Amino acid sequence: MDKGGGLKIGLKHGSGGRAMRQLIEEVFLSLASPVDGIGLSALDDGAAIRVGDRWLVITTDSHVVHPIFFPGGDIGRISVSGTVNDLAMMGATEPLGLTCAVILEEGFPREALERIVASMRETAREANAPVVTGDTKVMGKGEVDGIVLNTAGVAFADRVVSDAGLAAGDVLIVTGTIGDHGMAIMARRHDLGLEGDLRSDVAPVNGLVRAALAAGGEDVVAMKDPTRGGVAGVLHEMAHKARVGIVVEERKVPVRDEVRAAAEIVGIDPLLVANEGKAVIGVRARSAEQVLAAIRAHPLGRNAAVFAHAIAERPGSVILDTGLGRRLLAEPEGELLPRIC
Amino acid sequence: MSAADPFKELKFRDPERARALADALRRNVEAIGRPVSVMHVCGSHEQAIARFGLRAVLPDGLDLIMGPGCPVCVTDGPEVDEAVALALGGARVCTYGDMLRLPGTRLSLADAQGEGGQVDVVYSVAQAAEIAGRHPHQEVVFLASGFETTAVATAAIALTEPPRNFSILSVHKYVPAAMEVVAESPETDIEGYLAAGHAATITGWGIFEPFAARTGCPVVVAGFEPLDILAAVVKLTELMKERRPEVFNAYPRCVTKEGNLPAQKTLWKVFEQRDGVWRGIATVRGGNLDLRPEWSRLDARRRLPIDTSAVRDASAAAEAKGCICGAIMLGLATPTECSLYGKQCLPESPVGACMVSSEGTCRIWHTYGGVPDLRNVG
Amino acid sequence: MCLGVPGKVVAIDGLKATVDFFGVRKELRLDIVDEPVTVGDYVLNHVGFAIRRIPPEEVQETLALFDQILEISGAKDDLMAADVRGEIAAGKDKAS
Repeated sequence: MDKGGGLKIGLKHGSGGRAMRQLIEEVFLSLASPVDGIGLSALDDGAAIRVGDRWLVITTDSHVVHPIFFPGGDIGRISVSGTVNDLAMMGATEPLGLTCAVILEEGFPREALERIVASMRETAREANAPVVTGDTKVMGKGEVDGIVLNTAGVAFADRVVSDAGLAAGDVLIVTGTIGDHGMAIMARRHDLGLEGDLRSDVAPVNGLVRAALAAGGEDVVAMKDPTRGGVAGVLHEMAHKARVGIVVEERKVPVRDEVRAAAEIVGIDPLLVANEGKAVIGVRARSAEQVLAAIRAHPLGRNAAVFAHAIAERPGSVILDTGLGRRLLAEPEGELLPRIC
Repeated sequence: MSAADPFKELKFRDPERARALADALRRNVEAIGRPVSVMHVCGSHEQAIARFGLRAVLPDGLDLIMGPGCPVCVTDGPEVDEAVALALGGARVCTYGDMLRLPGTRLSLADAQGEGGQVDVVYSVAQAAEIAGRHPHQEVVFLASGFETTAVATAAIALTEPPRNFSILSVHKYVPAAMEVVAESPETDIEGYLAAGHAATITGWGIFEPFAARTGCPVVVAGFEPLDILAAVVKLTELMKERRPEVFNAYPRCVTKEGNLPAQKTLWKVFEQRDGVWRGIATVRGGNLDLRPEWSRLDARRRLPIDTSAVRDASAAAEAKGCICGAIMLGLATPTECSLYGKQCLPESPVGACMVSSEGTCRIWHTYGGVPDLRNVG
Repeated sequence: MCLGVPGKVVAIDGLKATVDFFGVRKELRLDIVDEPVTVGDYVLNHVGFAIRRIPPEEVQETLALFDQILEISGAKDDLMAADVRGEIAAGKDKAS
């Protein structure tokens, strides 16, 4: 039990790690009730409800990223991509429609709002996902920080891919370089004075996932996008839910030089850093090659790689093979902060 | 960057050499013929060892112990309470990221943030001075944590005549003092030490000669790349095998015998050694670095009223008496032998240093249910 | 302690240097470095300060040091054997 935080919600409860998971399990799960499909208690990227012989997939996300404009994107692009990607991670790659609810702080510049909406429009077009309805609220100065965006999305899927489907022997593919988004944000956030090509990878990956599913069919057994908590967070969830161990070959994980350098300067592991345009896909070994080829053929998947595999031993653990030795990869805990020691 | 660029080669991670060094290590330990314990006193060494999974390649019979080398972990509860009291009292506290979540006797600076205190995470002490310049009407206090390597940076900023509203709350620690504590313990069976490479960049390796002579234990100064560490441990075990209590510099690209003289001058101009309480280890003679009296204008403790009565937990001192981190660090006890472990002492509410550090013995045991052996997995 | 990362100096302005770490650049202060630093030098960064100028020949010297340590323990010849073993292992990994 968490003594330190007491009875108040702390920032750690929103950062995607263990504390957030505990809060959801202890407080929000009480909202769950049985559904014909995948509901709240599965704690997956979205819900899937059976409608006839198909599944209606629903997801929602709120976005509070700061700064709202960053190299490679902005809060608008993230809000659309995030929701499109959550749908795609469940196997629903053709969104029927997105909603967009915005809460603005009094005094928010209209020009910034127009830029954000233009970005949403562009991203929605890329994803072929129409924004169909929304809501607008304004709160007084100081009552909310700039802008909060919530998007929800719905889509049909013929087959739902959960994040719990791994079995021993399966391999894991990451669709591209990791750590891009989080390091770009961190470099800005703490005034680290890092100059270089650090830019977010934020993008809708439903087209990429569609290609992977077309190539692998039922052999694609688990999918999740490594947002807050990074690849490490996703692997922990997959290992925990499927009750398998996962061994990661660190040398096979694709990382851009700039991201690796920036992460090293501040003492952070790229595996813990957020991504907004990537997916981690679990595949039965026999189909790994063709799924990988299909992903690599897509413009957003050029750097995809097989980087890990599932084992029967040590269920719930994620083991890192560093090439020089082995260690257990810890579950991400709270917001990532630059280290000096 | 071309492969021949020496810059890229500054990353010493070649797996072939690593394997050869691991084999050499095994041979040395076999030649010694009995189990041996060596200790490193640097949190970053432990991070590097953990990060590359080096313990999985160490031979049976060699125990590479993490000593009191994590300056964050050994920062005592009451010291953090001072920073928390300042933040809740209206000062703007700047801190390195490592210290943000370190609990005091009750609250951490992160908790103080949650209660309305103003806390900024900075990457450099220079940033803190800049923040003071931008907010001239606020008291800006820099929580100066870290060993002497980091204290030099604090000292350098002190010498630049920072803004009038800037002050320093020093919780800096001095690492050679920690080695003395370990060596003086009568029960210790540590036979060799790895010295912290970056601290030695500043202090030089010459300061370890009297220590080696007095204790009869060899000291090897090690860098932080995996090959640096492996090579250093090979050399250390070789010196142990031959019973040569010498100092060897295995990090010549950064460390010299005299060290960085301008940096030392800067350091001792601003700081002096004081006895201090290290979390879970009790008093370390000469273990803390405090601002000299002539710098009182920059010393938060002398400038500002610090009242920790509202933020501290009065029972903490009594509780801390049950902490056996000192013995655990020396490898003389295991976490399960501690009366506080898993009860009052948990990762979220650590009493001693071994539970604070993500690589601390108690933390690892608590997270993984013991020391995981990964050699034959997968 | 502590985190010290090597980088290459690409520009100097008084006591400030722009240092390149693999395509990411950061400004470091030169207040406490032990020797005069010029463009092209390698330095070790700690909390935004250069704490050491790394002489370029030291890289080779370090590799030579590792070899010397291996030689003393009778391991030098093993490097060759290790290469072969490494190749066999790599072949096994691919096949599995």
